[in-house]
Amino acid sequence: MKTNNAFTWKRLWGTHVILILASLISIFPLLWIISTSFKPAAEVFDSQIHFIPVTPTLGNYRVLFTMKHNIFFNWLGNSALIAVSTTLLGLFLATTAAYALSRFRFPGHRASLFTFLLIQMFPGALLIVPLYQLMRAYGLLNSWFGLVLAYATTALPFCVWMLKGFFDTIPLEIEEAARVDGLSPFGSFYRIVLPLSLPGLAVTAFYSFITAWNEFMYAMTFMSKEKLYTLPVGMGTFVNQFQSDWQYLAAGAVMITIPVIVFFFFAQRYLVSGLTAGGTKG
Amino acid sequence: MNGLGKSWRRHRMAYLFLTPALVVLAILVFYPLVKGILLSMTDMNQYNMGTKFLKASYHFIGLGNYRTILTSPEFWQITKQTIIWTFVNVFFHFSIGLFLALLLNRQFRGRTVYRILLLVPWAVPSFVSAFAWKWMFNYDYGFINLALTKLGLQPIPWLSHPTWAMVAVILTNVWLGIPFMMVTMLGGLQSIPKDLYEAAVVDGANRWQQFWRITLPLLRSVALTATLLGVIWTFNMFNIIFLVTGGGPVHSTEILVTYSYLQAFGEWKFGMASAYGVIILSFLVVFSSVYYRALHQEEKVF
Repeated sequence: MKTNNAFTWKRLWGTHVILILASLISIFPLLWIISTSFKPAAEVFDSQIHFIPVTPTLGNYRVLFTMKHNIFFNWLGNSALIAVSTTLLGLFLATTAAYALSRFRFPGHRASLFTFLLIQMFPGALLIVPLYQLMRAYGLLNSWFGLVLAYATTALPFCVWMLKGFFDTIPLEIEEAARVDGLSPFGSFYRIVLPLSLPGLAVTAFYSFITAWNEFMYAMTFMSKEKLYTLPVGMGTFVNQFQSDWQYLAAGAVMITIPVIVFFFFAQRYLVSGLTAGGTKG
Repeated sequence: MNGLGKSWRRHRMAYLFLTPALVVLAILVFYPLVKGILLSMTDMNQYNMGTKFLKASYHFIGLGNYRTILTSPEFWQITKQTIIWTFVNVFFHFSIGLFLALLLNRQFRGRTVYRILLLVPWAVPSFVSAFAWKWMFNYDYGFINLALTKLGLQPIPWLSHPTWAMVAVILTNVWLGIPFMMVTMLGGLQSIPKDLYEAAVVDGANRWQQFWRITLPLLRSVALTATLLGVIWTFNMFNIIFLVTGGGPVHSTEILVTYSYLQAFGEWKFGMASAYGVIILSFLVVFSSVYYRALHQEEKVF
């Protein structure tokens, strides 16, 4: 065993060196932000490089949590509410559409598939002006519901394509057997197809959640009341208010990233296999 | 009519399942798309767009906005920047992504760990990445300049010099976009049957020949689709530029989408911004169709 390891190391040391370097570059910005968030100001604005804080402090987080009547928790709550709602709405829209596209052949089938692909091409910058006017007309500016609608639509094409790939791998015979046993199409969708494609659902949920949690442009444009900001927008205004207090911003950035990273580590295996399943089965 | 009714009855289930998604798309994508095209032919701005109490009073001006845009030197400058931005980004996404995928496709211990670490830029919110890089590009206390000084080099004015600012946003976005290409290429590589390589070895092909004769041709369709998606996404990438440089200094890192946003929510010229949006969309549609046509031509030849 040991000789075997030594052997692969000898053969692949070049690969390992390149991959270690690439991994370092890949994670360094995140590590640097985490390190900055635990540094006192004196250390942040120092011409020496400290990878690990010399005098670590939680002060930056304290400032973040207690500013302006705890508004940080307002933003956190808004972001969580919007992201969870987007996930639920996105799951409903994507599973139903993907099921139709995977299981039925009907006039307009190819056109619908193509439409979902085409939407990827529409720049947010083109849609944002009319969307702004639309939301203004229906009183949806400064409303979390408006944002949820916009986000669920943004995530929809990707989710539909990927879920269709997952549904395609579930044998039709299972469903046919269930129909014979008296289950309705809705019943077999709900009781058989959905439970069998849990990994696909996990990826869809993950992707919808992240889309909503990370989005910046729509949220910045549609929400003008400070109390209603999402976390990224709130942190964005922070840049202007505190000018160059990077250590507070770093603390905020870490807070935004934690849920995403935790989610990501659980979902990444499915995400990779889901992408390839959806991609090859078009 | 009768045929339609019949078709509806036969495919009722399919349409029922499809309806929720289509309704949402119709309201939030197709209606705004048509409306955007119409608005691009008006002079709508913050004063004439109307409020609850004041009727809207903007006018149809035909192709006036388009004429203004196409004759302005800024537009051509920004188009040039957009093309450079897109080309350089996608080139590095693809070459580095493919290179890493080839390394990860070999069998060895620890490759799962590398894969997870290399996916991190994809997982971090782009808002946070933009901020992290902006902080690292800081002139006085940013990590990169501190490291350069340590090595005895001059600090670089990353965000205040037009060319360096472009380099900075491109570096940030290259870092951000590699994981997607890497994962897609890895998926493509893993779908290539192993026996092809075994057969090639039997025939005495070396690694280099295997790569050119087997890997690349079989990776072609995945690579072409991923590249097209990459071009579209990069062309439309708003967050990184808006948050790292804000398009500055003096519009030197502006691309068409950020400039369009500036027209709408900086200058409040909604008609003009919509015209920019339509131009962006036309560029992408023309590019995609030319791209696909070229591929088909090529397929016929071989």
